[in-house]
Amino acid sequence: MASGREIKTKIKSTQNMRKVTRALEMVSASKIRKAQDRMKASRPYAHAMRNVIAHVAAANTEVRHPFLVEREQVKRVGYVIVATDRGLCGGLNANLFRKTLMEIKEWQAKGVEVDMVVIGQKAVQFFRRIASINLLGTATHLGERPRMEQLIGVIKVMLDAYTEGKLDRVILGYNDFLNTMVQKPRLDAMLPLPVAAEEIVARQEEGEGDTVQAIDVKREHDWDYLYEPDAEAVLEHVLTRYVESLVYQATLENLASEHAARMVAMKSASDNANKVIDELTLVYNKARQAAITQEISEIVGGAAAV
Amino acid sequence: MTTIRCDIVSAEAEIFHGEATLVIATGEQGELGIAPRHAPLITRLKAGHVEVIQENGERQSFYVSGGILEVQPQVVTVLADAAARADDLDEAAAQAAKEEAEKALADRTDAMEVAEAQAKLAEAMAQLQALERMRRNLKH
Repeated sequence: MASGREIKTKIKSTQNMRKVTRALEMVSASKIRKAQDRMKASRPYAHAMRNVIAHVAAANTEVRHPFLVEREQVKRVGYVIVATDRGLCGGLNANLFRKTLMEIKEWQAKGVEVDMVVIGQKAVQFFRRIASINLLGTATHLGERPRMEQLIGVIKVMLDAYTEGKLDRVILGYNDFLNTMVQKPRLDAMLPLPVAAEEIVARQEEGEGDTVQAIDVKREHDWDYLYEPDAEAVLEHVLTRYVESLVYQATLENLASEHAARMVAMKSASDNANKVIDELTLVYNKARQAAITQEISEIVGGAAAV
Repeated sequence: MTTIRCDIVSAEAEIFHGEATLVIATGEQGELGIAPRHAPLITRLKAGHVEVIQENGERQSFYVSGGILEVQPQVVTVLADAAARADDLDEAAAQAAKEEAEKALADRTDAMEVAEAQAKLAEAMAQLQALERMRRNLKH
């Protein structure tokens, strides 16, 4: 049987671990509120943007912008993956990465190549080791308050590649924050717009409780905007902003998901630590009792022998 | 009096939401005044003021650093940019993102490797300690 002192050090180290996991749990619990508020604050913009895009998609625009046109053959797809900078948040990143890899495998089986930009340190560490994925850009250390400026670079890399025709489809991957207990890894098509719209409609038909409003692709009347200065420049601008708002929203969702997942993971870690400590304490007490009993019986035995 | 719905939002917050009789904004090609039932229009905004005149004659003024103005017959939407933007700035940001990716691929001693090494070190230490203890037990 393990000696008393050994068990005692084990109890001590488990207690220290519990201290750490408790602290992490509490930090995340306090941060989740703010992350959620920020996520909600940016929703009106995303909503208004979606409406504008729905109108643009419905308009009979004089210029067919590449973002609006679905290409016949898909030869290369681009992924924008939003993950966390830090670990210890349960299976959050792993679930997203697994889902992404599975989809990528399907693409690759069809002979489609994959480019990727990643946001978040964990995604960088994971995807740079995979040789078949071409990493185009990274953005890390966004902190508690992601700002649009931090994302512009990676988004531009993707959009440029798409406009130049190097990419035929752009997909956004992130963890959707449903509530504190549930976060869902998501892979949503962003470009071209018709594909994205179809996906949204399909998801709504599946009955997934989605707050996303469908992009109305129906064309009731032929109408077009007045553009200032000209259609091409304005559409380019609007569509770029649209993609940026999607990615920005995804980062905020992911941040809230990160804190929620960490809170839950650390809570169960603390609970486990408690259990281990209880068990070890029991073993320790038993060992102590056994030692005392043995000592007494030795003394009694010795006295009897005299 | 007829009114038009007006939404002014930026990526970080909702700025204004309500009915207006006239919306004045600084478009890229000059000042725009949008009254109800304006023809569909979409334009970029320059840095400047967006003014909303409400039904009761009250004027509200907001500053935007740029953005998009969209007009539909029943609604005016202003999507204000959160950050100051310019094409060459965007280009620089894109370049930085690419370089960071290359660095991530090339650099083998970043935080992750250090963390990994530390974890391995801790493991090795634990094994050493275990060996030490076994040795001590054998001596007894």
